[in-house]
Amino acid sequence: MKTSSIKVESRTERLIAVRDFVSEAARTFGFGDEDISKIALAVDEACTNIIKHAYRSDPTKTIQVNVSAENGTFVVAIRDEGARFNPMQVQPPDMKEYLSHFRRGGLGVYLMKSLMDKVEYSIVPGNANEVRLMKNLPR
Amino acid sequence: MSEFKIGQREAENVSILELKGYLDAHTAPKLEEAFQGLLKSQRYRIVVNCRDLSYISSAGLGVFMAFIEDVRNNKGDIKLTNMSPKVYNVFDLLGFPLLYEIFKEEKEAVTRFFDRTK
Repeated sequence: MKTSSIKVESRTERLIAVRDFVSEAARTFGFGDEDISKIALAVDEACTNIIKHAYRSDPTKTIQVNVSAENGTFVVAIRDEGARFNPMQVQPPDMKEYLSHFRRGGLGVYLMKSLMDKVEYSIVPGNANEVRLMKNLPR
Repeated sequence: MSEFKIGQREAENVSILELKGYLDAHTAPKLEEAFQGLLKSQRYRIVVNCRDLSYISSAGLGVFMAFIEDVRNNKGDIKLTNMSPKVYNVFDLLGFPLLYEIFKEEKEAVTRFFDRTK
């Protein structure tokens, strides 16, 4: 099983490095441009949530991003040690309602779930949060 | 190297913002500043040309959401043009085409402002 990882400081200027890392990894696993864009965006949204909410923009904290393939599925595991945030508990927004009231923010989780085949959240050893973004590998 | 740039110009009393590069949580404040500047000088007819926009995340989409109400309350609008399919897909996924007018070419968007005033 091939795996690779990147660890970045919790700063928004590092998002581009995370996107590049994940895009490159997805390409080596055989994904095409469209899927690579979706995966990179989903990972960006997950990391942005961590930076802003779990770590409340504290740049001394770090985010660990690990990519691997398990049983025909490409898995991006994103770990942080910040405040608990379970994206699975976020209710899907009623988009019509959302747009008609010009609300702002909170779209990240919705995007993550729409762009990937599966999203999971767990608390892992070391008391860290882990969000797992999954996409079926291309046949 | 800057990952996101905004060019600004005027065409027939419409303000055009040209976005270039990557619009994410890091660069979204730049776009916010540009909109704030326009609103401060009471420029409410705004066209955002996305020809050179390579990437947008929800942080970028949020900026459009933040200003649209103010702009429309002042009889203006934010119209979007020249999106790549990749950028359009993100707008589309969130249903933004229901809320914003999106045009293939900048000229169509500019003209649309005058159709309305006639």
